[in-house]
Amino acid sequence: MLEINNVVKTFNPGTPNEVRALRGISMKLEEGCFAAIIGTNGSGKSTSLNAVAGSFLPDSGTILLDGQDISNWPEYRRASMIGRVFQNPFAGTAAEMSIAENIVLSMRRGMSRGLGMALNRRVREEIRERIRPLNMGLENRIDNAMGSLSGGQRQALTLLMATWLRPKLLLLDEHTAALDPKSAAQVATLTKEIIEREKLTALMVTHSMQQAVQLPQRIIMMHKGQVVEDIHGVRKARTQVADLMNAFDRVRRRDLFDQSVAEQVLPQYA
Amino acid sequence: MTLVVGAFTMGLILSLLALGVLISFRILRFCDITVDGSITLGASATAVLLVAGVPPWPATLGGFAAGMAAGFVTGILHTHFKIEELLSGILVMTALYSVNLRVMGKSNVPMLDSGSISDWAEALLRKMYGADKIGVLGWPVPVRDLAMLLTVAALVAAIGILLNIFLRTNLGTAVRAAGENPQMIRAQGVDNRWMQVWGIAVSNGLVGLSGAVLAQYQGFADVQMGIGMMVWGLASIIIGEALIGKKARSPGMMIIGAMMGTVLFRLLIAIALRWGLNPNDLKLVTAAFVFAALVIPHMAGKLGRKIMKGSSNA
Repeated sequence: MLEINNVVKTFNPGTPNEVRALRGISMKLEEGCFAAIIGTNGSGKSTSLNAVAGSFLPDSGTILLDGQDISNWPEYRRASMIGRVFQNPFAGTAAEMSIAENIVLSMRRGMSRGLGMALNRRVREEIRERIRPLNMGLENRIDNAMGSLSGGQRQALTLLMATWLRPKLLLLDEHTAALDPKSAAQVATLTKEIIEREKLTALMVTHSMQQAVQLPQRIIMMHKGQVVEDIHGVRKARTQVADLMNAFDRVRRRDLFDQSVAEQVLPQYA
Repeated sequence: MTLVVGAFTMGLILSLLALGVLISFRILRFCDITVDGSITLGASATAVLLVAGVPPWPATLGGFAAGMAAGFVTGILHTHFKIEELLSGILVMTALYSVNLRVMGKSNVPMLDSGSISDWAEALLRKMYGADKIGVLGWPVPVRDLAMLLTVAALVAAIGILLNIFLRTNLGTAVRAAGENPQMIRAQGVDNRWMQVWGIAVSNGLVGLSGAVLAQYQGFADVQMGIGMMVWGLASIIIGEALIGKKARSPGMMIIGAMMGTVLFRLLIAIALRWGLNPNDLKLVTAAFVFAALVIPHMAGKLGRKIMKGSSNA
């Protein structure tokens, strides 16, 4: 379904702020696969997600989704196939517009928008029907401003909006990180429910090891802009939080090793 | 009474300007200063068309179209050439000064003998009352003024209703979302740049329309008439928001607020002028008012917190 081939991205090339965010990452996601990307800060996990979403165009490499090369598609065009939930619970919705108006925007994701009225009784009823299972009582408040909701409620609605029309790929960028523990758990459960029910292909960035162990079928570990581990199948089923911690330790130790080797080698050149 | 009728007519005409500023400032959150040029463009285009013998309504529509074109350019400069929004507006506004002189061929076009959009209403009123002055609440008002007031009121009501409907369509909601959260609307598959371009175009179209009607009301178009118009529009919106309350952010309430704000603002100005305010000081007073309206709520909040703190310490 999703195929990332050797994607490279350097931000601010040729300046002191140069960041080699992606150093040739490749991964392949089968249809219906739910994978998590974990990694240290600055490892490029969010950047890879943004590369797929189209927030920027890669320097080189290709991205294929459902057999189509989308590498040069702008962000809004990719949105016809991709649903997204952001880390910031305020990023995925418009605060001053009503709940219903926000949702109706997602009901035409990737479709043309004409001069038909956005909301009518049928659409309102459909919105009520689909947000009732959230059990947040929002079905009676669909004309309230989105800004009057809590972060957890907004994130739950953003998730619902991202999957209102079945996306070919769902991208979740640390979407529970900014929530309080209770809302985070609620949104995580909702995520699992929706992905399983709709059999979605999904890619989730997370820094919660527990989430990485519990939710997805596959764990991809990144470090310094590269994929360093790819845990799936039986091995994923056996993986515990401690195993992931060990994997992080291994990566860190290798970094230290790199440095100490460099220090040993340096005198020979001096 | 003539003063009140005049203030009302002026207020209604400028409420079209306020609606334009409402779209750019509040809905698109785009600080658009093209307004100062596009109101003059709308006025000059309409004046030239009228003098050339074009019927009033098509000529007025011409003013709207001219304003839209100006806004379109500003939008493209910002979205496609990555020029800062303020600078895009300044560039187009500056260029429009020359364009307006070109359109008019001179700095002022009088149009005393040409028709205006209120002719139809004037004829109707004359037929009904058969007099040059009609009593309104016991005061005689010239038919010509009353006809203009009624025509403008009908036009503004129609525009307000149309705008309210548009903002509730699929396209309109997308435009609003693009102004509030570009990231979000891109994730819903909309190219927010084009939403911005068309939004700014419609905004300046309304401003041009305002200029077109203003020129017909005052009987001339002048190359200087646009100076400070953006700030006037902003002041009107701020007053409107104070009237309807800041929380009411539905498109309908925003539109009604902007209209009421403009009319009230014109009435206040009429009163101030009557009390002896020097017309030359008008723009200074307006700017000071906008400054105060922007700063005082913030300062009052700070002061309030300070007082609360003081009392809790005591």
